[in-house]
Amino acid sequence: MEKEYDVAVIGGGVVGCAIAREITRYDLKVVLFEKECDVALGTSGRNSGVSHAGFYVPTGTLKAKMNIEGHEMMPALCRELGVPRQEVGKIVVAKDESERDYLYKLKETGDKNGSDKLSIIDEKEIRRLEPNINGIEALHSPTTAILDPFLLTIALAENALRNGARIMLNTEVKGIDQTSGGFKIETDKGPCKSNTVINSAGLYAGKIAVMAGIDGYRIHPCRGEYHILDKSRRHLINGAVYPVPPKELGGLGIHLTPTTDGNIMLGPSAEYIPGPDDTVTTADVMDKLFKESFEFLPKISRKDIIKSFSGIRPKLITAGSKEAADFIIEESPKVSGFINLIGIESPGLTGAPAIAKKVAGIVKDIQGGLKQKPGFDPVEKPRIRFAELSRREKAGLIKKDPNYGVVVCRCQTVTKKEVMDALNNPLCARSIYGISKRCRATLGRCQGGFCIPKIVEIMEESYHPKTSDITYSGKGSGLFTGKKEGVE
Amino acid sequence: MITRSVDVAVVGGGPAGLSAALSAKKNGAGDVLIIERGESLGGILNQCIHEGFGIDAFGEPLTGPEYMQRFIDEVGKEKIPYMCNSMVLEISKDRRLLVSSGDGLYEITAKAIVLCMGCRERTRGQICTPGTRPAGVYTAGTAQNFINLKGYKVGERIVILGSGDIGLIMARRLTLEGAKVLAVAEIMPYSSGLPRNMAQCLYDYDIPLHLSHTVVEIHGRKRVEAVTIARVDDRFRPVKGTEKRIECDTLLLSVGLIPENELTRNAGVLIDETTGGAVVDENLQTAVPGIFACGNVLHVHDIVDYVSLEGDRAGKSAAEYSKGKQMKQAPVKAKPGEGVRYVLPHYVSGSEDVKFSLRVMAPERNVKLVLADGSRIIKTVIKSRVNPAEMIQLPLKKNELAGCKEITIKLQNDK
Repeated sequence: MEKEYDVAVIGGGVVGCAIAREITRYDLKVVLFEKECDVALGTSGRNSGVSHAGFYVPTGTLKAKMNIEGHEMMPALCRELGVPRQEVGKIVVAKDESERDYLYKLKETGDKNGSDKLSIIDEKEIRRLEPNINGIEALHSPTTAILDPFLLTIALAENALRNGARIMLNTEVKGIDQTSGGFKIETDKGPCKSNTVINSAGLYAGKIAVMAGIDGYRIHPCRGEYHILDKSRRHLINGAVYPVPPKELGGLGIHLTPTTDGNIMLGPSAEYIPGPDDTVTTADVMDKLFKESFEFLPKISRKDIIKSFSGIRPKLITAGSKEAADFIIEESPKVSGFINLIGIESPGLTGAPAIAKKVAGIVKDIQGGLKQKPGFDPVEKPRIRFAELSRREKAGLIKKDPNYGVVVCRCQTVTKKEVMDALNNPLCARSIYGISKRCRATLGRCQGGFCIPKIVEIMEESYHPKTSDITYSGKGSGLFTGKKEGVE
Repeated sequence: MITRSVDVAVVGGGPAGLSAALSAKKNGAGDVLIIERGESLGGILNQCIHEGFGIDAFGEPLTGPEYMQRFIDEVGKEKIPYMCNSMVLEISKDRRLLVSSGDGLYEITAKAIVLCMGCRERTRGQICTPGTRPAGVYTAGTAQNFINLKGYKVGERIVILGSGDIGLIMARRLTLEGAKVLAVAEIMPYSSGLPRNMAQCLYDYDIPLHLSHTVVEIHGRKRVEAVTIARVDDRFRPVKGTEKRIECDTLLLSVGLIPENELTRNAGVLIDETTGGAVVDENLQTAVPGIFACGNVLHVHDIVDYVSLEGDRAGKSAAEYSKGKQMKQAPVKAKPGEGVRYVLPHYVSGSEDVKFSLRVMAPERNVKLVLADGSRIIKTVIKSRVNPAEMIQLPLKKNELAGCKEITIKLQNDK
């Protein structure tokens, strides 16, 4: 028998997971398909991790509305789901006279959009906020916050699961056919039926739309590269520091952003590329990122870089385009019951909770009303972070479970219990990537050199995986090519 | 929280730590404690199952575990207590250590501390290698751990970046395990490993070494599928047109070691940015009184025998300090001159015999090491060849040091 659902969500990014979670408030059978081994493996996990205050987006657009609403919803949502979020604020810095006007334009846009508490600050105030940053004037946004985009997406997915949604990882949608009663969805794990389909496939949303017979969406992948700096540099800035973006770029300019884990990210660049999955880092851009950041913050050195990565924006406009494309969030006018989310680039992370609410409204219209589900539980417990606790709390935890006393990841002080909890997660996402994003092991200055062998040991103890199932990030990414004969 | 007081706390139970602990005990420290983060004593040598350790110290080639067992046995005989699976989370200036272990959280107050935390490997992230980020990129030591301690094969077709000693050892190890090592690329125009390892691990197995080459791109989305190597110019920039793609499933990195001094920095100890280790005097005391350092956490060594000797020295100093003995002032600065990368210790008393450790900048032939006090030459040592991979030890008698104000050690052509 084919499984039947009321709503199928395609894509386990922050938007898809937020939608899945939002609609589990109602009496609906919900499934979410994600082709990768975990959620947040695409654009959602590859960005600056900022909850934007909403002063970049053009007034009157859906982008602006989702941005402002999402930003307002984020504090409560992160509290509810136990997701790290810090209101560190942000400055957009004009380095010289020529950049001054831009700040005022930004402020005007922000004020019109309803962005809160924006002000223009002078050199002295810049110095007070960010003693290591040079600039003549800046736009200050005290409400801009940083958050952990992985943990937000994971918590949304886990909460959706807690409230009855089915989350199918490693499941790729291969075909969608409209039937009399809804849709038949072909996946590499078998077919299913769903009354409504939500296409939140990010970079692949165009491809998914085509499967449903909706042609014409062109998504232009635009890559952004980042460097991550060692935690020992975190003190160099207090909040996020952004430049006045260079005109030819399709992004916000290379900026310095603290992470909730205590690193600083430098980036991103902006480069249109042909394919949606080419998340490489390139020599020229890596060099440029460092040089431009160094101009801002001369106290950093190349030795501080512990890792580089890139993410890809699903843009609806091409390189050099003057117009700004808006988010497309609608029931397809062509295929009823099929909801498209197209071009959800920045501020998609910030907007996710608002987008989810909007989509729930569309679902409600399609289904002809929705019934609240009794017992919906919106709360996820925050993860225990041994490293961040007081001595008394640390001692208490070790007493409760000795595995809290055994430090597995020395760079980030992550304990064996935290790794075990990350491994035995409700989504059953079992990869080094999944563990690292849940508990931060492997993400420090040795990049897993010391702790990956220990994590593999914990995997062996916990569920005796086959050698080929010990992967970095799912199928095809095995750590090993075999085991020596006679080794137990 | 469990509180405890000791005379000498040794942070790390590898070669440096065990030597330091044994020496502290032999030199009269009453209560010595070794704190080890791993599940047993021995440190990184536990995974170094090849032989070649201990030729200086014991006059015979031992494997890493054999070498360490001699010290572990001694520690047992001396009944020196140790805690394993125990991580030092903080060290304070007044010599209190916060230690996390399965038994609980400890605060240990020590009269003296010896830092023996060793080093970590430089990673792909730190050298900014472009390309994708697939599985199959390992630092050499991590691969060694997987193969030698856990029996996992990390790959079948291997390219190694960097000709550091662990990389060379792993080239041989992987070959013996049936993998094919396709190339070793080294960005410098000379190998950064010991000559004996070059001979025994590369030449004996016909593994090609590409000097002045680096990896300019990693390919493969899920698992490494290939790497592109290219020649570099004299400023280490890849030369266009020299790229060569090598199909492989694994990239091993042996691109340098970094002393693990995060705890040290937080304790307020002054760090030498060249060595990455503490600034020390001839007693191996750091800028914080009562805190000593030795082994790879102080500076990266070439052979373990020297680590043990340094541990010996640091343990003795720590024992004396713990007994309240006034440490001799060391006002005479020692610094590297032309052609020398670093000199250790950084300060000497001038009234004791001392053995300097140093490394040169580049390989040279027919040179002399010149020790000078300002313009006055104290001593000259002729060397037919020097190599940055090899640490040079230079003993000096106290009468040679008498009256010195600032010692410079430099390299000169021996014409």
